[in-house]
Amino acid sequence: MKYAYYPGCSLEKTQRGYDQSVREIFKILGQELIEIEDWNCCGATMYMSVKETVSLAVSARNLAIAEKMGLDIVAPCSSCFTVLAKTNRILNQVPEMHQNVNEALSESGLSYSGKTRVRHPLDILVNDIGIESIIHKTKRSLNGLKVAPYYGCQIVRPEKGFDDRENPVLMDKLFNKCGAEIVYYPMKVRCCGGMLMTTFEDTALKLNKELLECAQKHQADIIVTTCPLCHMNLEGYQDRINEIYNTKFNMPILYFTQLLGIVLGLPESSLGLDSSFIPMPQKLKSIMEVQYV
Amino acid sequence: MDNLNFQSAGYMSKKEVELRRIFLEQVNYIPAGERIKRCIQCGTCTGSCPVSYAMDISPRQLIALFRAGEMETIMKSRTIWICASCYACTTRCPSGIKITDIIYALKRTAMEKNYISQANQVQILANLFVNNLMKYGRLHEGTLIRNYYLKTSLWKLFKLIPLAKKLYQTKRLSLFPKRINAYHSLSKIIKKAQEIDLRITAPPLEYSPEYVGYRTLGEMKLEQRKGE
Repeated sequence: MKYAYYPGCSLEKTQRGYDQSVREIFKILGQELIEIEDWNCCGATMYMSVKETVSLAVSARNLAIAEKMGLDIVAPCSSCFTVLAKTNRILNQVPEMHQNVNEALSESGLSYSGKTRVRHPLDILVNDIGIESIIHKTKRSLNGLKVAPYYGCQIVRPEKGFDDRENPVLMDKLFNKCGAEIVYYPMKVRCCGGMLMTTFEDTALKLNKELLECAQKHQADIIVTTCPLCHMNLEGYQDRINEIYNTKFNMPILYFTQLLGIVLGLPESSLGLDSSFIPMPQKLKSIMEVQYV
Repeated sequence: MDNLNFQSAGYMSKKEVELRRIFLEQVNYIPAGERIKRCIQCGTCTGSCPVSYAMDISPRQLIALFRAGEMETIMKSRTIWICASCYACTTRCPSGIKITDIIYALKRTAMEKNYISQANQVQILANLFVNNLMKYGRLHEGTLIRNYYLKTSLWKLFKLIPLAKKLYQTKRLSLFPKRINAYHSLSKIIKKAQEIDLRITAPPLEYSPEYVGYRTLGEMKLEQRKGE
């Protein structure tokens, strides 16, 4: 299958590990990603400070280009995924908004009929490609590795999407089949605070401390995430949390695509694992030394 | 007595009516936004919210205050700005109310009427975000964060140096923003959308703006709940 790839602003540089690993695993699984030419920011936080038509038109521009390409969008960032899907929903349910947005888009010769579907890589991997076909291509087993799957809040919400909203299980199933032990992680959809790390730092630090604490309590070796913001908060601010709460967290945070890439036998460098702040645990390093043919 | 400037019981001030009008206009654009009428004040939203402990007004109270004709209290609150938009409340609301979107509508009402809350740092960030996007077409995180801390706290900018250093060492720090090639066509879209936003008039609303309490909400229509 071919997809229109929408990396989003954080994946361009700050979270290059996610971008690299998504591209690599899609390639090895025989899926083609064509980056949307000249995509623009999905709008994310701007939604609150400008009026409706502006924020919808900005995000609909990407949907319109993908529609022209005749492809569904793949958006790995949870925030982009939610915003693009939300735009789609509003345009499909409020006809006058749809008309207004199209009027704005026509200024640059675009129009959008509402056909583009917005997909998340996890959905495609598990529901389209299927765990069984992925397992056929694995080159390593995650045997002995304890994984805390952290979905974050936005990929399964607000509407009922590709997984349960309170207890999503797709990552659990996927990595369980890859041999990992999935630890009990009741905080799997608890919010990391997102941009609150900038505006209400104390609150966000507390939220992330709780997420790390829960993973540690259940003896997880790593946390896997699906969202660049969660990743940044959990990884980039771990030092600060340790400083403030007098804890000793040293929890490696991996994108689920990076962990899957390891299972599929991809080398460390092509998965952007060199960009992690916290080194991989010894268990995972030993796993990477083995490779079945 | 007639000259006394007070509101009759059950009636709202002009300011309140105006705030309510803007807010309800926004709610009209939320698919299923009218479900705000169905709130039973159960508090599931507050109980589900990961940050309600840090709010001055709880999510449940937001709706109660709106009904009571206290929009101004909401506008000045910290609550609407601390919402991280995780949708836990929306997911769990037994009445199917789109609480997160309602809070967005409140944020936009506050931005439009220039209410500066004690939590104004979010407003600063939101404005910088829009500027950044308008200028480059994509968000440049480095510029956004730097400008934000330059406006709010130099000390915090200073404290970010270790993080910036790590990002640099792992080749994740981009120093300069760059514009997308289609920047001009994006600006045209934005300009046109701004014009459209100005000419949009509020669609007829099913409520009586001058009353407070449950009467404002008009007939309660319990349409069928489909596949929620």
